[in-house]
Amino acid sequence: MNPWNHDVAKDELDLVDVQVDGVWLRMPRGLNVVEVAHRSKKFIPHYCYHPKLSVVGNCRMCLFEMGTPKTNADRSPVLGPDGKPEIAWMPRPQIGCATGVTQGMGIRTDSPLVKDCRNGVMEFLLINHPLDCPICDQAGECKLQEYSVEYGTGTSRFVEEKLKKPKNVDLGKRIVLDDERCILCSRCVRFSSEVMKDDVLGFVNRGSHSTLTAYPGKRFDNAYSLNTVDLCPVGALTSKDFRFQMRVWFLKETKSICTSCGTGCSTTIGSREGKVHRVTPRENEAVNSAWMCDYGRLNIHYLDSKDRLHRPLLKAVGEQFPGTWADAIHRAAEGLGKVKPEEIAVVASGRLTNEELFVLKRLVGELGVTRVDMVPHSGQADNFLRSGDGNPNGRGAELLGLSSGGRKFSSWGAEIVSGKIRALLVLGGEDLVAAGIPSSALQKLDVLLFSGILGNETSRLAHVVLPSAATAEKTGSMVNVHGRLQRMTRAIAAPGEAREDWLILRDLREACTGGNSLHSVEDVWKAIAAEVPQFAGLSWAKIGDLGVQLETRSSLSGGNLVKA
Amino acid sequence: MAFSEQRLIFKNIDVPGYTRDIACYQKNGGYEVLKKGLAMGGGAIRDEVKKSQLRGRGGAGFPTGTKWSFIDPTKTTKPIYLICNADESEPGTFKDRQIIHKDPHQLLEGMILSCFANGVKLAYLYIRCEFTEGWKIMEKALNEARAAGFLGKNILKTGYDLEIYVHRGAGAYICGEETGLIESLEGKRAYPRIKPPYFPAVLGLYMCPTIVNNVETLCNVKHIVDMGGEAYAKIGRPNNTGTRLLCVSGDVVKPGYYEFPVGALTLGQLINDVCGGIRNGNRLKAVIPGGSSAKVLKAGEVYKIKEKGSDGNMLEKEVGLEDLRLDFDTLAAAGSMAGSGGVIVMDHTRDMVECLANISAFYAHESCGQCTPCREGVLWLKKILGRIAEGHGREDDPALLKEVADKIAGRTICAFGEAAAWPVQSFIAKFKAEFSARIARNGSASRHDTISLLH
Repeated sequence: MNPWNHDVAKDELDLVDVQVDGVWLRMPRGLNVVEVAHRSKKFIPHYCYHPKLSVVGNCRMCLFEMGTPKTNADRSPVLGPDGKPEIAWMPRPQIGCATGVTQGMGIRTDSPLVKDCRNGVMEFLLINHPLDCPICDQAGECKLQEYSVEYGTGTSRFVEEKLKKPKNVDLGKRIVLDDERCILCSRCVRFSSEVMKDDVLGFVNRGSHSTLTAYPGKRFDNAYSLNTVDLCPVGALTSKDFRFQMRVWFLKETKSICTSCGTGCSTTIGSREGKVHRVTPRENEAVNSAWMCDYGRLNIHYLDSKDRLHRPLLKAVGEQFPGTWADAIHRAAEGLGKVKPEEIAVVASGRLTNEELFVLKRLVGELGVTRVDMVPHSGQADNFLRSGDGNPNGRGAELLGLSSGGRKFSSWGAEIVSGKIRALLVLGGEDLVAAGIPSSALQKLDVLLFSGILGNETSRLAHVVLPSAATAEKTGSMVNVHGRLQRMTRAIAAPGEAREDWLILRDLREACTGGNSLHSVEDVWKAIAAEVPQFAGLSWAKIGDLGVQLETRSSLSGGNLVKA
Repeated sequence: MAFSEQRLIFKNIDVPGYTRDIACYQKNGGYEVLKKGLAMGGGAIRDEVKKSQLRGRGGAGFPTGTKWSFIDPTKTTKPIYLICNADESEPGTFKDRQIIHKDPHQLLEGMILSCFANGVKLAYLYIRCEFTEGWKIMEKALNEARAAGFLGKNILKTGYDLEIYVHRGAGAYICGEETGLIESLEGKRAYPRIKPPYFPAVLGLYMCPTIVNNVETLCNVKHIVDMGGEAYAKIGRPNNTGTRLLCVSGDVVKPGYYEFPVGALTLGQLINDVCGGIRNGNRLKAVIPGGSSAKVLKAGEVYKIKEKGSDGNMLEKEVGLEDLRLDFDTLAAAGSMAGSGGVIVMDHTRDMVECLANISAFYAHESCGQCTPCREGVLWLKKILGRIAEGHGREDDPALLKEVADKIAGRTICAFGEAAAWPVQSFIAKFKAEFSARIARNGSASRHDTISLLH
């Protein structure tokens, strides 16, 4: 996915002896000094270096003192009294990002020379930097602030006039640029050109006057442009969506995944007081590296949509009225009990978590329902992260035997009209009208139960509406299109009385069949792991923050699925 | 005592009746050395260049034979490129311009020989955009050489093919830095490359092995092939061989370009005997011996120079400014450099604050802006110096100037950092009293001509 992975050695087993701040260590040959320091539990500060972008060495923050082994006339190393090679230190500092380690190399990350170099770079970066911190969105996660505290002097010797540059530059649909804050590290330029293959950003003018800009006639609008906001070490590139909304230090960070397509990029949800303010990619080399698409990142505003379902709704005399959960579950169970199991169809959803689908699987099994399927959603695939599968957990539904990929579903419209199907349980907020079943057919149903996040044509026809929780509001797991099992964690509570689907389904199951032994998502997991071979041996903890690969894609689609 | 020049490169320059067309060049023996070189073979030419101990004339003085030896034409599978660096931009330097304007075929002959020696099939002549006339001259010369069979396919029926293209810069000093030049030639901003890994000999133009040589250096190759490396090495002094083009500017009676064997004369002889002494009978104050980026040398200074005595042992001698030999090693030992051969002479009427403000204004204007210390530091230097020159200096300014310069030199991607820092470091170290005196009489602005450069 990435043209470069500087954090990975060419050969992790080809080790050389390296002295880092006086301690001899074994490190992979050729690994750059910034990464070697990191692995040595040291830190070499840097601005322009990023392990997934080309190395340009322009910020000079990673200057370190380098030494090479002293050699005798026969080129054998000179050994010191401790038996270790003696090192000849070079007077000129080197950049860590572009220096690969070799046998016997000496590295000083904190010598007086190195401190002086960092101090100099910090002072230089700040002389023309505006004092925007009180109004800058980057404040709190700004490398300029952090390194200034760590390596700067705290006072300025600069008494000249600062340079003026363009502020509030409209770079693209989702990005605003402040050129005065830009430290010209070129990470954004390299990301666009190297990762996105979209040459759109560059520098104009010279020296201190250098200015980041989009090429004449071009806009910075590509589908992944917001990654540059994360890459920008300072507050030069900001997201139009997030800027001026929230101080980052107030944000609670919750590890989750994006559910906007079948890729399931690892994310961090930033929320405060029950509101999600932003989603950023969380590094996961098995899924999304350090990136995510702008669509997925900004797909959070539906959480506050006016169509959001906040309370259970029950239909009476042709109209929906708010009711209690107890009444709603009772009405739903009563409805399903009125018809024969073969007259019930269940629209499972590729938007539900494995845990939710598993409770559903128990329910349909106990009821004896066989008409279970999922509504396929196709997305706009690209050659990068976006998947053509719009369902984030279509694989999970298949693994749990709750999906035939929409094959069964395709005949349900006709079966409703002919009276074969009399009750429908719709999950995951699927809009069946949009999926091809006319509202006239849905109106013929004796029982239409709807669980979802947002109201739609189907929900408006339902006899019982069960408001559920969105991605940011629930804990669970999903399997992405490549067969990777990943976790999401609840960041905020669902609004109003809306509940997580697994709780809704648990209560519905209890009301329908009396069965219940599941008290937490972990409980559900234990049951899944015991029952579903692909999940055997896995625990909630074992999935971890980066997920686990279940099996290869080909064997997943090879029909080794649990039957419902 | 008059010193007569020993002209090798400038042999035909300014000779009455000598023109820059190929007929005149050939009438004077032009392209005969090429025939000799083609018969010798590439390896033999490289050997002669190595024996000649020729050092690059662009500024760094790196041995040309060594530079070439980083490339083995028999082993590389990629094309090898040669670039002639004709981006002559160092203030005080105007030697390459003379060659291009007055003897372009000499340069071409040297280039073709160098290309042949290194297995180069495609070469570029990178010329600064301000050399508009020079560009036209070189294009014409190339056409003439092509028509005469010295360039193109099957050169002189030896089976050797070579094409040379002229590429014009766009007006940036940094394009004289060889990796910046390569980036520019590739159509990008002339941001110098980080070394390692982008040593031109390994990953140069289009990531292929590339040799970048200065105009004067390439001309020297012709003469080395002509007379042989050993004979060439006898000109000048050990490790400082051949002739040197010197560009003298500033406060001398006869500024101009001269050619002498390297180290054949002292700075005092150059100023007093060759250039007619200091103008208006003034006293010598300072000399910048190798282009504006070289460290300034002050009249009255005494340097400790090591030299090989007649018994072969190294002797340390104390040498005054005017007795410094104009060669690579002596000027380096004196704490400066021979650089690009641009000797800038300043007399006692010169205000060193203004001189340095002028130099710093140039470097602040030309910093490419790629790496932090140079981008931010050099403009800062200019601003401080401008403020002092305008009569608003602060007591701490000289110390601050030094500290800022110290945080640039040695910490940048390319040598521009040193080029900008060295003048400041040396002016402050040697003329600190003058800076302090200027600050003490604040309120009196400098002469108008310097101030105008600062905005």
